[in-house]
Amino acid sequence: MAEKPAMPASWRVESKPHKFCPGCGHGIALRALGQAIDELGIQDRTVFGCDIGCSLLAWDFFNVDTIQTHHGRTTPVMVGVKRANPDLICIAYMGDGGGYAIGAQHLVNAASRNDKITAILINNTQYAMTGGQMAPTTMPGQKTETTPYGRDPELTGLPAQGPEMIATITPEGAYVARGTVSKLRQLKKMMVRALKCQMEGRGFSFIEVLSTCPTNWRTNARETWSFLEEKMPQYFQIGEIKIPVSEGDADE
Amino acid sequence: MAEKVIAGEKRVFMTGNEVVAWAALAAGAEIMYGYPITPQNEIMHYWTRLAPKYNRKFLQTEDELSAGFTTVGGVMAGKRAFTATAGPGNTLMQEPISMAEAMRLPFVAMIIQRGGPSTGTVIYSQQEVMMTVLGGNGEGLRIVYSTANHQELFDYSIKAFDTAWKYRFPTFVLADGYQGKMREPLTIYDPDDRGIKISDTEPYVGRPGTPGVDRPPGHYRNTYNVEEELYEVLQDHIKDFESIADEVSEYESMASDDAELLVVAHGVVARAAKQATEALRQQGLKVGYFRPITLRPLPSTPLREAVNRAGRMLVVESAYGQLGRLLKEALYGATAEFIPYYKPGVGFTPEEIMARCRELIT
Ligand SMILES: Cc1ncc(C[n+]2csc(CCOP(=O)(O)OP(=O)(O)O)c2C)c(N)n1
Ligand code: SF4
Ligand SMILES: [Mg+2]
Repeated sequence: MAEKPAMPASWRVESKPHKFCPGCGHGIALRALGQAIDELGIQDRTVFGCDIGCSLLAWDFFNVDTIQTHHGRTTPVMVGVKRANPDLICIAYMGDGGGYAIGAQHLVNAASRNDKITAILINNTQYAMTGGQMAPTTMPGQKTETTPYGRDPELTGLPAQGPEMIATITPEGAYVARGTVSKLRQLKKMMVRALKCQMEGRGFSFIEVLSTCPTNWRTNARETWSFLEEKMPQYFQIGEIKIPVSEGDADE
Repeated sequence: MAEKVIAGEKRVFMTGNEVVAWAALAAGAEIMYGYPITPQNEIMHYWTRLAPKYNRKFLQTEDELSAGFTTVGGVMAGKRAFTATAGPGNTLMQEPISMAEAMRLPFVAMIIQRGGPSTGTVIYSQQEVMMTVLGGNGEGLRIVYSTANHQELFDYSIKAFDTAWKYRFPTFVLADGYQGKMREPLTIYDPDDRGIKISDTEPYVGRPGTPGVDRPPGHYRNTYNVEEELYEVLQDHIKDFESIADEVSEYESMASDDAELLVVAHGVVARAAKQATEALRQQGLKVGYFRPITLRPLPSTPLREAVNRAGRMLVVESAYGQLGRLLKEALYGATAEFIPYYKPGVGFTPEEIMARCRELIT
């Protein structure tokens, strides 16, 4: 991580340095997305929607038309845009609270309607913006502000398996994957594939991104990385879950 | 605009919901997003039958949050988009409407009121006035037309699209299930044939050119760093809203010049109030009638004048003082006697209103 890679062309220079905390995974996920937008040459027709949660800090992140919506409601706003103008490439960017809790009905229904949009969900295992409460993705035993003694699966269930669920309810042609900010190249490839899925009108595309939140995890750099690379994959399997038959694997 | 939907003037006998669907088509509405709820279902039913013939679209959403937010998306894509709802659906829709209000989006919704929460009564009330006018977390910067008959349902449904895009405030047609379900004769027409212009639409996102290269990006947000930032944005919106109030507000009045008692009502209740006034006048009683057509912004000046002249007002509504509260605010400081006649969730006959007026006058 020593050298600073060039900014994707679709990033907005004027709004950099970005507003995320140091060590936050959001910026890395948005780098992958920016690179994908550049590679596909779709900056002029992309609409980026961001949710409430730390994703809202991206409201001026790209040189791309952007709508910052309400908590959980980015999916329907993007569905509305896409239905009204199918030429646009619509990206709904949200947190795990936004996508799996308050906006779960929208995610599930957009997926089962096979809406031609791309949903990108940042899994940081908790509600970051509100100060670190339990999210549907909080892992068993994990301490958060609302599970101060650790999440007890007896009381509050097991971590949501979002991509697995979306893969089950979408028809063939949809694209579903789980990436991680620790594998930027793979993540970018997933983003390209998800966006291509939309561009070719094949179906709904969804990527959950395992991400970091050192601020609420209260971890130093090394602990942050080991939480992401060792703990999270115990519950969240990285890889492509649903790919059109014609395509190969995005793994390196 | 797209091809003509209605050729020439046509006399028809239709339910109100059907009228709304035709009006939306005639106004050039391009896409409807909706979720089933009585008594507005037939707006969707007629729309889904008619829309494909005219290349218009429909999406049935998973709930009214989604119906509202997809409408927001449709509008931002630059389309004449609309939705329709009622009762509990209106409650859920206040969240997307708050977004539309804060971003000044030309959001159009047809509200066909029903009574109470949950399933309540599914046909009629005037209990959604406060929610439609001032709901959500905002300042109620919205335009609300309360219709009284099917001709108005047609006229104002068309007008709503013009108003919304002209002023960029969410715009509502507020009716009720009696209006939605009842059949009535009216004339439908192509607005263009009557010289009625409907403001052009314009996309918020996806305009030509590459953002940051050929044009600045459209960055639309409801997030502010400091209180003052939101305050400043709101100051502009409030100033705009106040400056259009006189131009936008509409009312109907009758026999109010020498009235000693002014009957004030809105929507379908105003029909009974008007009939009662006419009958009482024929009997020589000095009763007048005033009906705000826009509940937001209210026609405050003509209202004050009529009320001050009469000195007494009878406020008739199918709610427990929702119109009443709006009127009191608009009339603050006036000395006229305010007499409520509230029947929450229940309709009025002209005879009832006549009887109450007679009691008050004699
Ligand atoms: C309707 C509504 N409920 C609650 C909130 C408060 N709120 C703001 S951000 C947030 C949590 C965000 O968590 P997540 O979606 O996981 O995003 P993150 O911040 O972790 O990236 C909540 C609950 C809100 N803004 N709106
Ligand atoms: S609170 Fe966590 S998720 Fe939010 S910007 Fe900071 S590190 Fe990122
Ligand atoms: Mg989160």
